[in-house]
Amino acid sequence: MKSLLLQDIQHFFLDVAGVTRFTGLFFRNLFKGRFEFREFINQCYRAGYQSLLLITVTAIILGLVLTIQIHPILLDLGADILLPNIVFISVVTELGPVIIALLFAGKVGSGIGAELSSMRVTDQIDAMEVSATNPIKFLVVTRVLATTLTLPLLVIYGNLMAYLGSYAGLSAYGNISFQLFYNRAFDRFYFSDLLPATIKTVFFGFFIGIICCYMGYYSDKGTEGVGRSANAAVVASSLVIFLLDLITVQITDLIR
Amino acid sequence: MKTFEGKKVIDGVSFSLFEGENLVLLGKSGTGKSVIMKCIVRLMEPDSGSIEVFGKDIGHCRDHELAEIRSRIGYLFQEGALYDSMSIKENLLFPARRNNGLRKLPEKKLYELAEKNLTSVGLEDAMDKMPSELSGGMKKRAGLARSLMLSPELIIYDEPTTGLDPFTSVAINNLIMQIRALYNTSAIIITHDIKCAEVTGDRLLVLNNGKIIAEGSFAEVKEMNNEEVQLFFNQ
Repeated sequence: MKSLLLQDIQHFFLDVAGVTRFTGLFFRNLFKGRFEFREFINQCYRAGYQSLLLITVTAIILGLVLTIQIHPILLDLGADILLPNIVFISVVTELGPVIIALLFAGKVGSGIGAELSSMRVTDQIDAMEVSATNPIKFLVVTRVLATTLTLPLLVIYGNLMAYLGSYAGLSAYGNISFQLFYNRAFDRFYFSDLLPATIKTVFFGFFIGIICCYMGYYSDKGTEGVGRSANAAVVASSLVIFLLDLITVQITDLIR
Repeated sequence: MKTFEGKKVIDGVSFSLFEGENLVLLGKSGTGKSVIMKCIVRLMEPDSGSIEVFGKDIGHCRDHELAEIRSRIGYLFQEGALYDSMSIKENLLFPARRNNGLRKLPEKKLYELAEKNLTSVGLEDAMDKMPSELSGGMKKRAGLARSLMLSPELIIYDEPTTGLDPFTSVAINNLIMQIRALYNTSAIIITHDIKCAEVTGDRLLVLNNGKIIAEGSFAEVKEMNNEEVQLFFNQ
C-alpha cells in the first residue's frame, strides 16, 4: 500500500516535470518554421464551433437554475432587486469561467488526449517526424493556440447565454422588462470584475491544451493507453483549472 | 548498443548498406530489428556507437541536417501509419506540402505526383478514400505511396507482410521489387517472413538476442551450419 502511494507520488512529480518540459517545447516551436494556419483554423473550429451547442444549453440552464435557487432567498430578505446583479457577477467572475472550462476540458481536452494518443500508438506521430514534418508544430502548437483562443470566447458567449437564462427564470416570477433586468445586472459591475475573469480563461485554455496534448503525445502503447490518456487529460486539466482559479482569486483580492 | 530496462536489445550491431541494395534484417519478434531502424532515422538514440546515413553522423546532426536526411528516407511502418483524419490524397500531399523543394510546386503538380505514386502501388482509385475504408494490404500500399512522395533514396520497410494473407504478401513482395526498379532506391526490409526475405533480399542479416548471427545471400544463409539460423528456415 505504502509503495503504491509512493509510486503515485513519484508519477505525479514526473508528470509535473514532463508538462513543464513540454511547455518549453511548445514555446520553442511556436515561432519556429512555417505556421500551420489551416490546421490551426481546423482546431479552432473543432474546439470552438463544435462546443457551441453544449455551452449554450449548459449556460442557459446555469443562469436559469441559479435564478430559481436564489430568488426565494432574496425575496425573504427583501433584496430581490439585487438578483440580476448577483447572478451576473457570480456567473461572469466565477461560475461561468470555471464550469465552461470544466466542460471544455471534458469535451475538447479528452478529444485531444485521445486523438494524440491514438496517433502515438498507431505510429502516426513517428511517421510525421520521419517525413521531416515537425509533429510538435503541426499537432501541439495548433491545438494549444486553438484552446487558448477559443475558451475565452466560449466563456464570453456562455456568460451571455447564462444571462439570458437568468432573465427567462426571473420572467417566470413576474413581469420584468429586459431593460430593467439589464440595468440591474450591470449595477455595481465594474471593468475590474471582468478583466481578471477574462484573463484567467486564457490561462485555463492554455493549460487545458498543454496538459491534454502532453497526456496524448506521451501516451502508453495499446488501447488501454488511449483510454488512460483521455481520462488523465480530463482529470489533470480539471484539477489545474481549480488550482489556477484559486491563485487568480488570491491575486485579484490582493490587487483590490 | 541499446538497452531497455537493463536488457540489451541491440548489442554490437554493425553493418553497411550499399547503393541500390535490398538488405533484409531477419529475426524473430523482439530481437531489436525495429529498434535498429528507429535509430537509423533517429526516432530513438543508441546508448553507444554511431550511425552514418548518407555520410553524416545522424546522432550529431543539427535539426535542419536531420530534416534533410529524413527527406531522403521513406519509411513504411508496420500498419501503414496513415493519418486517420485525412483522405489518402491528403495523406500523400501532407509531406510534399511541407518539403522545402516540393512545396514550391503548384498544387496541380503535387496532385499529379500523388496520382502517379498511388498508381505505381495499384491504388489509383483510392485517392478520395479515408484510411478506415482500406484493407490492411491497401493501407500498407498507401503508406508506401506516401513514403515515395519525397523521392527517397532509401526506403525502410518495417514488417511489410505481417498480418497479411499469403496472396497479398506475394503482391507486397513484388511491389517492393517493382519500386526498386522504378525509383532506383536502396532498401532495408525488416521481417520474420522467410518468403519475403527470399524474394526481396539481395543480402540477409540474421539477428538473434540483439546480435548479428549470420550474413550473406538467402542461399548462403540457408545453407549455414548454425542451429539458430536454421530455426528460421525450418518454420
